[in-house]
Amino acid sequence: MTPATSLTGPRPRHLLDFQGWTPERLNALLDNADTMAQVLDRPVKKVPALQGLTVCTAFFENSTRTRTSFELAARRMSADVMTFAAGSSSVSKGESLRDTMEVLTAYKVDAYIVRHHAAGAAHLVARYSGKPVINAGDGRRAHPTQALLDAYTIRQEYGSLEGKRVAIIGDVRHSRVARSNAELLPKLGAEVVLCGPATLLPRDLAALPGVTVTSDPREAVRGAHAVMALRLQQERMNGGFLASLQEYADTYQVNEALMQHAESGAIVLHPGPMNRDLEISSDAADGKRSRILKQVENGQAVRMSVLYHLLVGRE
Amino acid sequence: MKELTIKNVRRAGSDTLESVTVENGVIKGWNLGDLGTVVDGQGGTVAPALIELHAHLREPGQTEKEDLASGLAAAAAGGYGTVVSMPNTRPVVDDPAIVRSLIEKADRLGFARLRPAAALTRGQKGEQLAELTALKEAGAAMFTDDGLTNENARTLRLGLEYAGSLGMVVSVHAEDATLRADGVMNEGPVSEALGLPGNPAAAEAARVARDVEIVAQTGARLHVQHLSTARALDIVRDAKRRGLPVTCEVCPHHLTLTDEKLRSFDAIYKVAPPLRTQADADHLLQGLLDGSVDCIATDHAPHTRAEKERDLLEAPSGIAYIELAFPLMWTRFGEQLGLERLLDLMTGAAARVMGWPEPTLEEGAPADLVVLDLETERTVEPATFKSKAKFTPWAGESLKGWPTLTVVNGKVAYQRQD
Ligand SMILES: [Zn+2]
Repeated sequence: MTPATSLTGPRPRHLLDFQGWTPERLNALLDNADTMAQVLDRPVKKVPALQGLTVCTAFFENSTRTRTSFELAARRMSADVMTFAAGSSSVSKGESLRDTMEVLTAYKVDAYIVRHHAAGAAHLVARYSGKPVINAGDGRRAHPTQALLDAYTIRQEYGSLEGKRVAIIGDVRHSRVARSNAELLPKLGAEVVLCGPATLLPRDLAALPGVTVTSDPREAVRGAHAVMALRLQQERMNGGFLASLQEYADTYQVNEALMQHAESGAIVLHPGPMNRDLEISSDAADGKRSRILKQVENGQAVRMSVLYHLLVGRE
Repeated sequence: MKELTIKNVRRAGSDTLESVTVENGVIKGWNLGDLGTVVDGQGGTVAPALIELHAHLREPGQTEKEDLASGLAAAAAGGYGTVVSMPNTRPVVDDPAIVRSLIEKADRLGFARLRPAAALTRGQKGEQLAELTALKEAGAAMFTDDGLTNENARTLRLGLEYAGSLGMVVSVHAEDATLRADGVMNEGPVSEALGLPGNPAAAEAARVARDVEIVAQTGARLHVQHLSTARALDIVRDAKRRGLPVTCEVCPHHLTLTDEKLRSFDAIYKVAPPLRTQADADHLLQGLLDGSVDCIATDHAPHTRAEKERDLLEAPSGIAYIELAFPLMWTRFGEQLGLERLLDLMTGAAARVMGWPEPTLEEGAPADLVVLDLETERTVEPATFKSKAKFTPWAGESLKGWPTLTVVNGKVAYQRQD
């Protein structure tokens, strides 16, 4: 495996978002994920890289899929894994994040993987714990390993992100996946188009470098090499953001008809879990363009690479 | 009562060292010699004590955050002689008995003088008017539902009319709560990049515009609290041009901090209305310079450290810094505003908003005085705060203009110890 220390510049201590992560380092992280993917193809899917280290998944918001992916990644690198789920703990009785972190610190954890409903919570955990933190999704803010696995999946297809156009369609306003991709993909040379109904598409996001916004899905996918459908939380209906789910599906659903307007070999992505026939049609989800299961598979390798990058060869 | 003489002080705009003697709560005269107890002002500048129109002192009911003793001591340390406290306590100050008990307790403490604001509506619920006549008689300084917004425009109209007939000011936290929605910071590129729910400038501007029209309809007196956006200030400016009886205040935190601070995800910067953009801050400063902003208030809003260590969605809004408001303003804007203008914005202008007598240093005037050391730079050390909120966005910064002595009602309410 390539030692991460061969790169110049300070190595980020955390993966909270992509601030402080250079394109060079991000590419190294994705390169390293290739090595991890080879490990996952072996009969014995385990390396000793994190032996003796304890990784805590601190999930203040439920997400079995993401937690499982991280825990498997950590175990495959021989880390001890401790699971902290806020739902069954004192957090639900009003304990503050700081109090919780003080308790967890007493267990001598070496790194935290944090999921929280509030933007910035992973930053606070980093501040309060003093240990490396991987953000597994904080509110609408960021979900950096999801963006990395998306980038990895696109790279797998095209060899590079350079000059690629990626359309992200759906509830952009409430999506940490959209925000993290809008931060990451332009760093790797891609162009990002965010698309959704105006009520779910903050125009201010166009201020990010390499990012444009449009409410026209055909315009969004024109020339796109990858099209990502975002999960539509059905409770958005209550906030008055949409007139009806039907109207949404009629206009913004990622389906084969819409994909006809994209580049001929364009792939379809979805961060899961899917609302079939709402934000994505079955023909797009299951068709030859779909890389949705590939994303899940790649998530393992990418998370192993992130853990390796943050925890091996330090101190 | 024995005299108190402060010697070696100068008045703003003068280089002459003088002494001033106070007795029985009033200024007895200038340069009368070392009468009674003598305090050396060490060349500092003497001025009428500052007046704070907007502070949350949290008593009764939330004294883990602040109480009258800590809040009024902090105010005196900040050079304030008079503090108008907000009524969003537990219970709400909507009962004349609470007003009386607060004033009596504050008088016994001997720090800054308390002039409690009372709720405009019962329980600050915005539905039924509080007993405004009785509250005024009990000593309420103004009426406001601050902490909450006046969503029912008709109730506000009636309250303005009723309070106006009593010669009382109504002040408003001007934000359209439906537009604000769940916003926790200024809406704009920063909030969108951070994924935090935004509170749009339009929420404030739209509400100020509505309230100005109610003033135009009724002719009643309205004071807009903690104005934060350029657009809302333009609406107030326009209302003044129309001759409407509207005044407004701005807070030092809206002049010195912007939404960029939220990139730290530190809830110490969460405040309502939120920190805006540099363009807004510049516009508010322009308003101070051209007179369209009437006065400076701090919206001192203490919370416990644990509360402010929560995440940005959960943490309560508020910044507490009454102890360093003058040094902050003097250090950052002293050159642009000039000493006399800055002092007026924090004393005389506040008195005029309230319809109180003009504070002066003349013989016979109330002996509410502050001595300011305009030169010595000192580091902001929250641990030394008298407020219970011993943390601040300006911790570690070097500021000048610190009060060295505050006299309230002829008695020393604060004296710097080093
Ligand atoms: Zn307010």
